Amino acid sequence: MKRLLIGILIAPSAFADSLLITNAKVMSMGPMGTQHGVSVLIEDDVIADIGTNITPVAETVIDANGAIVTPALFAGATATGLVEVNAVRESADGSMKDTKDNTVQVGFDVRDAYSPLSSVLGVTRVEGFGYSLLMASGGQYSVAGRGSLVDFDGGFESFNGNDVLFVDVGGYAADKVGGSRAAHWMLLEGIMADLKRRSSELEYLSSSGKEHLKHITKNGVFVFSANRAADIRKVISFSEQYRLNSVIAGGREAWLLADELAAVDIPVMVNGLDNLPSNFDALGSRLDNAALLHDAGVQVLFTSGETHNARKVRQGAGTAVAHGMPHEAAIEAMTTAPSRVFGGRARALEVGNGADMVIWSGDPLEVTSYATSVILKGEVTSMETRQSKLLERYLPEDAGLGRAYINR
Amino acid sequence: MNFFNKRLLLVTFACFIPPTNAEPPFPSSYTAPEHNPTLITNATVLTGDGQRLEGASVYFVNGKIVEVTDTAPEVTANTQVIDARGRWVTPGVIDVHSHLGVYPSPDVDAHSDGNEATAPVTAEVWAEHSIWPQDPGFGRALAGGVTTLQILPGSANLFGGRAVTLKNVASVSYQGMKFPGAPHGLKMACGENPKRVYGRKGSGPSTRMGNIAGYRAAWIKAQDYRDEHAQYAALTREEQKETKRPKRDLELETLAGVLDGEIIIHMHCYRADEMLTILDLAKEFDYKVGTFHHGVEAYKIADELAENDVCGALWADWWGFKMEAYDGIQENIALVDRPDGSCAVVHSDSDEGIQRLNQEAAKAMSRGVKAGLDIPPERAITWITSNAAKSLGIEDQTGTLAPGKMADVVLWSGNPFSVYTKADHVFIDGVHRYDRLNPELQPVSDFELGQLLEAGE
Repeated sequence: MKRLLIGILIAPSAFADSLLITNAKVMSMGPMGTQHGVSVLIEDDVIADIGTNITPVAETVIDANGAIVTPALFAGATATGLVEVNAVRESADGSMKDTKDNTVQVGFDVRDAYSPLSSVLGVTRVEGFGYSLLMASGGQYSVAGRGSLVDFDGGFESFNGNDVLFVDVGGYAADKVGGSRAAHWMLLEGIMADLKRRSSELEYLSSSGKEHLKHITKNGVFVFSANRAADIRKVISFSEQYRLNSVIAGGREAWLLADELAAVDIPVMVNGLDNLPSNFDALGSRLDNAALLHDAGVQVLFTSGETHNARKVRQGAGTAVAHGMPHEAAIEAMTTAPSRVFGGRARALEVGNGADMVIWSGDPLEVTSYATSVILKGEVTSMETRQSKLLERYLPEDAGLGRAYINR
Repeated sequence: MNFFNKRLLLVTFACFIPPTNAEPPFPSSYTAPEHNPTLITNATVLTGDGQRLEGASVYFVNGKIVEVTDTAPEVTANTQVIDARGRWVTPGVIDVHSHLGVYPSPDVDAHSDGNEATAPVTAEVWAEHSIWPQDPGFGRALAGGVTTLQILPGSANLFGGRAVTLKNVASVSYQGMKFPGAPHGLKMACGENPKRVYGRKGSGPSTRMGNIAGYRAAWIKAQDYRDEHAQYAALTREEQKETKRPKRDLELETLAGVLDGEIIIHMHCYRADEMLTILDLAKEFDYKVGTFHHGVEAYKIADELAENDVCGALWADWWGFKMEAYDGIQENIALVDRPDGSCAVVHSDSDEGIQRLNQEAAKAMSRGVKAGLDIPPERAITWITSNAAKSLGIEDQTGTLAPGKMADVVLWSGNPFSVYTKADHVFIDGVHRYDRLNPELQPVSDFELGQLLEAGE
């Protein structure tokens, strides 16, 4: 394999905080489409110009050498910054348990537990990911809690977009909540009825919970985890009834309802690798789910179901393309679309938009490709992680005094 | 029995003689049906032993590879010829770590048959007795080019039980899938899992030192058992009549099989320091560790693994799901592959990963190349073919396209180290078992048959 050489030149003087990427194949995901051999000028944290006639007067110049540049990728719904090691409970904050009200957790907001200094964030970012949907998880609750988009720029409060409420309406959650999916929908109807009750008469929600729910119902997004076609159908009617802005997560059998989902404009967030009847909710799992949904006009998003290995979501999107989804649609589903769906900022590579982009060694959806530079908010981010440090320590064949001394 | 010199017997009868009849129980009933001679032409061929041929032909007859050549071989008139221009051929993919059948889809409690988590030493259980042959995962793995796979018990126990190697052929029984002549494996587990499971039960082990004490106690019993049976077997018929026949014990029979080199150790172990402890343990009791599985820190001891002739069966990118997986790096496989005499294997431990081991190998190859190591595709393919066969003790039968070996062959739609490439055709013992474009050559499990009929699909 040939390694791509990308030279980074630091010019002695020019603008402060300016960066020029030259000779790029820009997949803009915006009106300019895909263009070869263009330059991208970034000033501060904004794209100042894209084109062929940019004079290189920037402080830093990166010759992309023909490589693909895309907007920064969406890592899917993850617990990045909420968990360091899954099985180390004190390091995991993605779900709650043992509270007095153990089914409805509108008040639980995972953003309060977010730490951008987690090693997981850097490990994910260096693979080309710029943001994620910070997710409240917990299959044993009806309503798992709230989150939102978060940027991987290292800020403690780099949240953006609308408030997102996570509700699992699958068979496993129903069994925990009320023994039946019907009981679960009865509960959800009751919760919505609380919105019309006075504070002293609330049956399911706390008064602060009611305020949160009211806010999300008006301005936020509901993410319903549902795989079975019948459950997805119920989400559609529930969302129509209460005029909710909804997204389906999982959606193993969503292809069976592709036209209906398209008609009501409900996006579906899938794992492109799902193709097994993992349980009775997922008998219809198939690798062309994303392609069928896209063909019908449904907005597809991708997630991997993982946090530490969220980088694997690229492989799922690539697999969706291998099974019929157009390549550009998959890139859009991994870059600009999630931000649009969850109310975040515009992420296409266009003049005036924020400068979040990635330079790739090859096709961004190919398993042998990797990010060579990740630029977030105009900054070329560090490619060093705990894992790159471990590699540096164990790559040399001579350990000298011991690996512990290889510690730059 | 006392009049025999134990030590002398050990030397004389180094090979353990089974305490009962020689016919192994639950034997394989698999036989490959007849097939037409098959010639694949114009292919890029990765032979599985480090070679790459362009525009080459692969010819197989009566279930065996006849030749791989870059000239047109002479073939018989009834030969099925497939033009593979632009496509690649590799040996059948081998997964050394799968729980298909013992943790099948659908993943319901009633199907949870992979861990006999009732005692830390359950060497007496056999994974094959838990296999549900109707797991739809077998067919999905076939579509990913998997022709051979080892099914192991889970990792709750210090000794989890016997693992079995299968041909990936649809059958109503595991006997109908059993790889003829493949040795059994014995699943062992290090670290967090056994100590967590039995620490919670309050019975122990609850620590890593407790784990090691548990292995040692079991091996001591196994040595005594092995000696006792070997001594009895060495007696003349007359002497046997006068001596009490030693009792048969399924747990110790398995362990004794390891001490005698008939059963291969497959050890779930993540941390480098624990793997080195296990290598010392193996020296104490004079047995061989065949393969460390998962080995998220194997890259820290790549030289030691090669020196001890131990395979490392590893993931391309899993990390962080528990403390002993915290130091995972994507260059693990490439670094384990680096020393002379190494045996790096890409394994799945996953019903999803087993469907794309070629892509998992591609990721590991790419990260190794990025780190400056020279790993061409003809090298990386060994991680899921010949090295995997070595790990399972079946390297003389399959794992490469050498003449005389089983005709386990995959014809890929392109370069197998790509997310866009699919297995077009899969042959097992020469038999055409899968054709991507022909639904009649795609097995469907009983469980999936007739599902979602009302949806009109």
